[in-house]
Amino acid sequence: MSERVGSKIYIDVGATFSAEGILRPKYLIWEDGRKFEIDRITKIERCATRKGGGAGIMYLCMIWGKPVRLFYEENYRWFLEAE
Amino acid sequence: MDRIILHSDMNCFYASVEMLHHPEFIGMPLAVGGDPQARHGIVLTANYLAKKHGVKTGMALWQARQTCPDLIFVPPRMDLYLRFSHLAREIYRDYTDRIEPFGIDEAWLDVTSCAENMLKPMEIAERISDRIRYELGLTVSIGISWNKIFAKFGSDYKKPDAITQITRENYRDLVWSAPAGDLLYVGRSTSRKLHTLGFHTIGDIALADPNLLERIFGKIGLVLSAFARGEDQTPVAVDGDASPIKSIGNSTTTPRDLCNNEDVSLVIYLLSESVAARLRENHFAGRVIGMSVRDNGLYTFTRQHRISIPTNISDEIARHSMQLFLDNYTWKHPIRSIGVRVSDLVPDHYCYQPDLFTDIRKRDKQLKADIAVESLRSRFGHDAVLRGRMYFDRILSGLDAKAEDHMIHPHSYFEKGNQVLNSENKETKHV
Repeated sequence: MSERVGSKIYIDVGATFSAEGILRPKYLIWEDGRKFEIDRITKIERCATRKGGGAGIMYLCMIWGKPVRLFYEENYRWFLEAE
Repeated sequence: MDRIILHSDMNCFYASVEMLHHPEFIGMPLAVGGDPQARHGIVLTANYLAKKHGVKTGMALWQARQTCPDLIFVPPRMDLYLRFSHLAREIYRDYTDRIEPFGIDEAWLDVTSCAENMLKPMEIAERISDRIRYELGLTVSIGISWNKIFAKFGSDYKKPDAITQITRENYRDLVWSAPAGDLLYVGRSTSRKLHTLGFHTIGDIALADPNLLERIFGKIGLVLSAFARGEDQTPVAVDGDASPIKSIGNSTTTPRDLCNNEDVSLVIYLLSESVAARLRENHFAGRVIGMSVRDNGLYTFTRQHRISIPTNISDEIARHSMQLFLDNYTWKHPIRSIGVRVSDLVPDHYCYQPDLFTDIRKRDKQLKADIAVESLRSRFGHDAVLRGRMYFDRILSGLDAKAEDHMIHPHSYFEKGNQVLNSENKETKHV
């Protein structure tokens, strides 16, 4: 279930852990319940977001040809920046 | 070769973390403060905008609102601040393993070995500052120098988001011209005393005869003299050198003023239970029991008492604290906050000499009861089992004294040993 906190949208994410311990998001569930597969991850870095209001590990994901910034917070939750 | 020491200070730390998490408050004055209902009603930190309006750390909430009517208050979230403090330390760790935290938002870093790898001190500081801004969304002020005292001075010199390098060439201009009160360990009263004696700037302290300062201030006079000349050689501690625990204590501002001995006894028992539980958790017992009181006129006193048998039993701690209180307080004013502390710690399996008047079997029973109560509480919550006296006032006893968020651990600069007076001071001559 998704949840809006200020300018953040916490969402459900399906992710895998590789044998080496690397975490990769595979798909995400949008606020309206639609499921989107992540086609490709083009960048992973630690960064802050003023727009979303927080900081974490940012996965720049390509979904249907569009870049989406998906953040993983240390509280084990994933969030998107609200428009 | 001189050491290269950075002192990194995260600007308005609590307020900056809150600003990051509340983009809707951009451009507004904000203060992080306690809950006015529970009377932890002071400003912990304010952002720069609020400071510009005159809001200061330590102000009562109502005072702050009077000074700045548009002020936005947010309650503190210690877990969040600790998380950001850890993340900052992760960044520091990429440059050195010599990281010594000074509170939650400041740290010294010895980057001498990093600088040997062709990076200029300024470049290291810039990289750290950039990464903290990008990765954590916060700003830092960094001071660079060859000793910890001047590095700290540098980080305070220009704020926010600035880097100040104090070198052997510029320290006389930058540090010595600053008021004496800007030197670490010159508090308000020392500053006043220095002022009346004609020492107005740090330079005045540096140029004064150290023996004269010693005669006036005692040993700390020599320390200040060495600090002012940049002769402090205290090393930056290696990361993970947890400082040994010297005492365990708890204090609390009560939800209402305490008016009589029964109120005080209730709170002392509550605090003693938490202190005893924490002593046992860390496998300690203590031989000195201390208590502190602050009345609603903000008069504070602390008293302590040595006991013959080390204890971690809540009932014993409470009885001794209560006795200290009864012997020393005259009830001129109602009481606003109370603390209980046990120090001179020994391992809890420490052998001791029993005396004729102590019932060892009763102590054993009390200890077992304490342990049983603690195990019930860990499973079913603090209120699962309470002493009868707690039911006299459930508002007062509703405080969970052991809750982690009551505890902030301040550190002393001398905690890891004073290496000012016993160092050889090879590098700088007295000017």
